[in-house]
Amino acid sequence: MGRPHVRRYFGRKLLIYGLTFVVAVTVNWMIPRFMPGDPVASMLARARVSQPAAVEAMRTYYTNLFGFDQPIWQQYLNFWGALFQGDFGISIWVFPTPVADVILAAVPYTLALMIPSVLLSYWVGNRFGAFAARRKLLDNTVLPVGYILTATPYMWLAVILAWGLGVVAGWFPVAGGYSFSLQPSWSWEFFLDLLHHWILPFLSLFLVALGGWAIGMRNMIIYELESDYSNYLSALGAPSRLIRRYAYRNAILPQITGLALQLGVLVAGALVTEIVFSYPGLGSLILKAIQNQDFFLLQGTFMFIVIGVLVANFLIDIVYVLIDPRTRTGMAGAQA
Amino acid sequence: MSLRVNDLRVHYRTLKGEVKALDGVSFTMADGEILGLAGESGCGKTTLGKSLIRMDGRMRHAGGTVELDGRNLPVGDDRAMNAFRFHEVSLIPQYSMSAMNPTRRIGKMIGELLRSRGVTLDTAELHHRIDLVGLPREVLSRYPIELSGGMKQRMVMVISTLLDPSLLIADEITSALDVSTQKAVVKAMLGFRDNGFVKSMIFITHDLALTSNLADTVMIMYAGKLAEKAPADKVVKAPRHPYTQLLINSLPEIGVRYDQRKLAGIPGSPPSLLNPPKGCRFRDRCPIAGGECAEEPPVAEIEPDHFVACWKA
Repeated sequence: MGRPHVRRYFGRKLLIYGLTFVVAVTVNWMIPRFMPGDPVASMLARARVSQPAAVEAMRTYYTNLFGFDQPIWQQYLNFWGALFQGDFGISIWVFPTPVADVILAAVPYTLALMIPSVLLSYWVGNRFGAFAARRKLLDNTVLPVGYILTATPYMWLAVILAWGLGVVAGWFPVAGGYSFSLQPSWSWEFFLDLLHHWILPFLSLFLVALGGWAIGMRNMIIYELESDYSNYLSALGAPSRLIRRYAYRNAILPQITGLALQLGVLVAGALVTEIVFSYPGLGSLILKAIQNQDFFLLQGTFMFIVIGVLVANFLIDIVYVLIDPRTRTGMAGAQA
Repeated sequence: MSLRVNDLRVHYRTLKGEVKALDGVSFTMADGEILGLAGESGCGKTTLGKSLIRMDGRMRHAGGTVELDGRNLPVGDDRAMNAFRFHEVSLIPQYSMSAMNPTRRIGKMIGELLRSRGVTLDTAELHHRIDLVGLPREVLSRYPIELSGGMKQRMVMVISTLLDPSLLIADEITSALDVSTQKAVVKAMLGFRDNGFVKSMIFITHDLALTSNLADTVMIMYAGKLAEKAPADKVVKAPRHPYTQLLINSLPEIGVRYDQRKLAGIPGSPPSLLNPPKGCRFRDRCPIAGGECAEEPPVAEIEPDHFVACWKA
């Protein structure tokens, strides 16, 4: 396979991702502006200023500050310009902190929830599903449990866990990223406290995703074990260890596609889970931004999520090409 | 004697009961013999082939013994059979086009397969055999999808015979190929035998014309039983079982125009093997069936090496 194919393939992919990004940014810019309500008015209301002259002065100041006095197309262009400078505007909810700072403070919490739960549930689920396939006892127990888990809504499992392990058993705290009595610092005490608060939200994300992966993998493995190459290897007396290894490697391919498709759902799941546990990540931020009609914060958070999902999808595309030789031949075929 | 099959019975378990797909078949094969195994769909030829190497989950060994080179072949015991597979008995499957793992380079797959069987790969020998079937050596660094159907077929032939098995079962290996590729495959099979890569071979097919060119002996099966077994030219020129005669008659002949004489088929279809009828199983379709056919005809050796199961033969 020559390099030009690879470049063409990724060139085409990048173009698609670029277009998706432009559309997402545009929609993202539109949504808050066409939402009902006036954020400046609500800020003035919160300021509780009674003199009409002062109110008018403040309105002009804020309108000018956020650029609402400009024509709508100018606002759109300004938005793109600011975006490339990493400027997401100033938050209305925690005025006058820049949105970028608010988001950066929340991102570590979301990533610390998302990355381990996505990767671990994917890994454990696939392993477990593959192991259970064709083992009668395990299959009869894993399958129903997997169906129940994957059918559970994220926030529902989160509520159950918070109630069972948090309120009733009292083993874990049910709210916040860390204890209110502590200040964030690089100490063991703070780290352990962080971990303690992290476990329940992590567990609810991990468990729901786990069931889906295990079921998918079990079905794929059974399909692969019935395939011709497996039968041929058995006829030649190959040990089931080798056959299962081949089957696993081939069954993982559609699971990787599944991961790409699931990413958006997983992000949404993380957001509602954060809200249940008042976890200080992007999910809670979105809730706050909506409650306070904070355009800029909402836009910034969405933007961050869109970029994250696009990048993750692109990485999966690359991984897929690396591990499935057939996609590579497909690229060469597209050339001919 | 290379292979001795004695009253082998293999049943399929189904929801309706046991289907007696192989119902007491006995025959022997000499060293170096190529046995053509022919018959219509469902006659038990593939079941016989599979029984000799690996029964699938629905098959049950219901009786009979198999002896290979004087040793008992434990066909009903999946575990015990494993020692014989690939080393002593090997298979070129019906599905050669999809028999190789699509995501492994062929050379790597061969290495892993051999290592899993505790054999070290003799690269020189592998190259030699790849040359012999007319494949370029680069195929070892290719993925199966990069090969054409005929190339895959030949590659599987090389893999299956790599450990010089005593018995090779070739199941319908020419069915999906065009005639020129069929010729190449048949030549390669003969080459394998003549080079001593395989001692004897069972060539399962429904193509009687091809079988008679390749095989030393032809065995015709009907409804799970042996109908006739004889040297290839005997089966073609002087068949004794009425089923064989009708089969040969339904083949087109060179030089005959069929707009005058319609090519004859055999009316009717084989009986169900769930509850096979008593007596000769071909009775209902047989043009010369008589009263004695209500009793099952034994396999009789009517002349040296010519076995027929028919009262009228």
